[in-house]
Amino acid sequence: MPIKSAFTTSIDHVSILDAEARFDEKLGAGLIPDADLVKLYEHMCICRQLDEVAFKLQRSGRMGTFPQNMGQEATSMGAAYALEKTDWLVPCYRENAGLIWRGMPMEMILLHWMGDERGNAIPRELHCMPLAIPIGTQMLHATGLAWAAKYRGEKRLACTFFGDGATSEGDFHEAMNFAANLDIPVIFFCQNNFWAISVPGKIQCSAPTIAQRAVAYGMDTIQCDGNDIFAVVHCVRQAAKLAREKGRPFFIEAVTYRLGDHTTADDARRYREQAEVDSWKARDPIIRIRKFLTAKKLWDDAKEAALAERAEREVAAAVERAEGIAAPNRTDFFNHMYATIPPDLALQRDTAQTHGIGQDPSQIEGAVIELPAKSAH
Amino acid sequence: MANLTLVQAINLALIQEMERDDRVLILGEDVGPNGGVFRVTEGLHKRFGSKRVVDTPLAESGIIGTSIGLAIAGLRPIPEIQFEGFLGPAYDQICSHAARMRTRTRGAMTIPLTVRVPVGGGIHAPELHSDSPESIYIHQPGLKVVMPSSPYDAKGLLISAIRDPDPVMFFEPKRIYRAFREEVPEDEYTLPLGKARVVCEGDAMTVVSWGSSVVQCMQAIERSGRSIELIDLRTLYPFDMDAVEASVKKTGRCVIVHEAPKTCGFGAEIAARIMERCFLYLESPVQRVAGFDTIMPYYKLELDYMPDADRIARAIEETAAY
Repeated sequence: MPIKSAFTTSIDHVSILDAEARFDEKLGAGLIPDADLVKLYEHMCICRQLDEVAFKLQRSGRMGTFPQNMGQEATSMGAAYALEKTDWLVPCYRENAGLIWRGMPMEMILLHWMGDERGNAIPRELHCMPLAIPIGTQMLHATGLAWAAKYRGEKRLACTFFGDGATSEGDFHEAMNFAANLDIPVIFFCQNNFWAISVPGKIQCSAPTIAQRAVAYGMDTIQCDGNDIFAVVHCVRQAAKLAREKGRPFFIEAVTYRLGDHTTADDARRYREQAEVDSWKARDPIIRIRKFLTAKKLWDDAKEAALAERAEREVAAAVERAEGIAAPNRTDFFNHMYATIPPDLALQRDTAQTHGIGQDPSQIEGAVIELPAKSAH
Repeated sequence: MANLTLVQAINLALIQEMERDDRVLILGEDVGPNGGVFRVTEGLHKRFGSKRVVDTPLAESGIIGTSIGLAIAGLRPIPEIQFEGFLGPAYDQICSHAARMRTRTRGAMTIPLTVRVPVGGGIHAPELHSDSPESIYIHQPGLKVVMPSSPYDAKGLLISAIRDPDPVMFFEPKRIYRAFREEVPEDEYTLPLGKARVVCEGDAMTVVSWGSSVVQCMQAIERSGRSIELIDLRTLYPFDMDAVEASVKKTGRCVIVHEAPKTCGFGAEIAARIMERCFLYLESPVQRVAGFDTIMPYYKLELDYMPDADRIARAIEETAAY
């Protein structure tokens, strides 16, 4: 018997607006109306300003560790633009542009990184999950959220974001397998930015593309230029159509690059070449759109100057709101542990500031207690 | 009233909650047509269909992680983890996410999730099928932990757990799944989480226990002939320290019995609380009868590991004689 092929496949790579601002009319015409593209561009610039200001806030001790988003704005924002507002966005932690496009107030993101949990009190109508710090675990939540939509007969999707490093985690594979086998309409959006802190992509995946991991799960997949918002929108729309019509999951590998360090606690110069970073700076998604808009006479220096002023003003106002918020109550962290606080925990809360050891005051009734003078802080 | 085993009582609770509330669904490995490896979900797939009783891929983290998403979206998932030894892969989702989501989101998102897990030894099961990990989950803030010791309690506590707005670890002592029957009302009823049950009253000593050890305690108490008050905690977080306190203040003596390893076992917490609240009332040191700080042995020696009526009886006599 001759040996036959058991399976063959190929994976498409989509690019519509390249780094030289050459535009594929066939794929891109009408994909994003001019007016929307201008808004998306303005929004990306404002998010870039937020990114730079957040970095400075950390360096000057006004904020904790922050993961810069610089260079990856097109991915989450393109997805947020292409999806319905009722679809769930399930981020990791480098998706500010998409979340803010969806309606998340900038100051909430700042508050989160300032160590204030009130930054996570996301308004329900935004259909966004909080930033996920563990790697890859949120993909299962997205799968559950989309599963619930299917259960209720709603045409609602979930789109979850993660990096190349997350595709090594067990939960990535469990989420992909659940979604494919149980027909759950979830979009897996991998932002392949080449580095998981200092570990290069080739250690995460020895195959030429990450997208082909989806093939093993029987899932449709595509690769796109993640610094090209047109390509991102095209792929997410295609994924959303399949998900909505057939209830099937879809995997997108967006090839992009983290221009900054992993976080402000990292120094990427220790493990990557400046020449590599420079080559990706030339492919910056923001520069690309500006070139395109300028060529179409939709943008000019005067508009750019006005936008720079607006970005500075809006971000400064967000910082002011974040820094201006009243300090949280000292016992605030007790209050959201359970829907109804258990009596023992309530006792710990109520005595935390008086006795400091969470005991029932009746235990020390009658004892003479002299507390040392309160320290200055 | 029907005379039911613990398995049948849980099965009945699941049926009634699924009939009452179409947000309730069951997911896990083998829970569908097979009815679960212990047959706890027997008949449910036929009755409610594969949309609501879902056989999932073999992946514990996946079962809990997707349940978290289902719960955030407003459903009431009841994931089953087949044996407590397989909670390990799901630990990250339970403790990093389910337990923290409410506080992380300042109350914007809740996780009304009931994780059903058979626990404990005594059924001649293979390795990793006989452990008692309850302390690990009691120690994790944000979870509730329940372990019934009778069919009546199991039904009422499970219904409460399903309706609870927070994540509940519902540990089912597999040793007593079919060990005895009890009258269980056919109508639905709830038992409040966080309330202990006084199994029998007495004034000479308090015995505190939970899960299948309660049955061993009853045998030891019967044998002792002493007036002993047995408290079954039923819920391990939040737990009913008031009931323990009231009893120990009355009796002045206490023995705590559990199957889990002794060090950092939940008995240590109960003993410490008794010291905080009842120190001046104690007539003798608080005793613990527990599993050993070893891996649960393979089943030829499992009964030597678990607290049995003989060990409990000896602790009772020593405590009484002090």
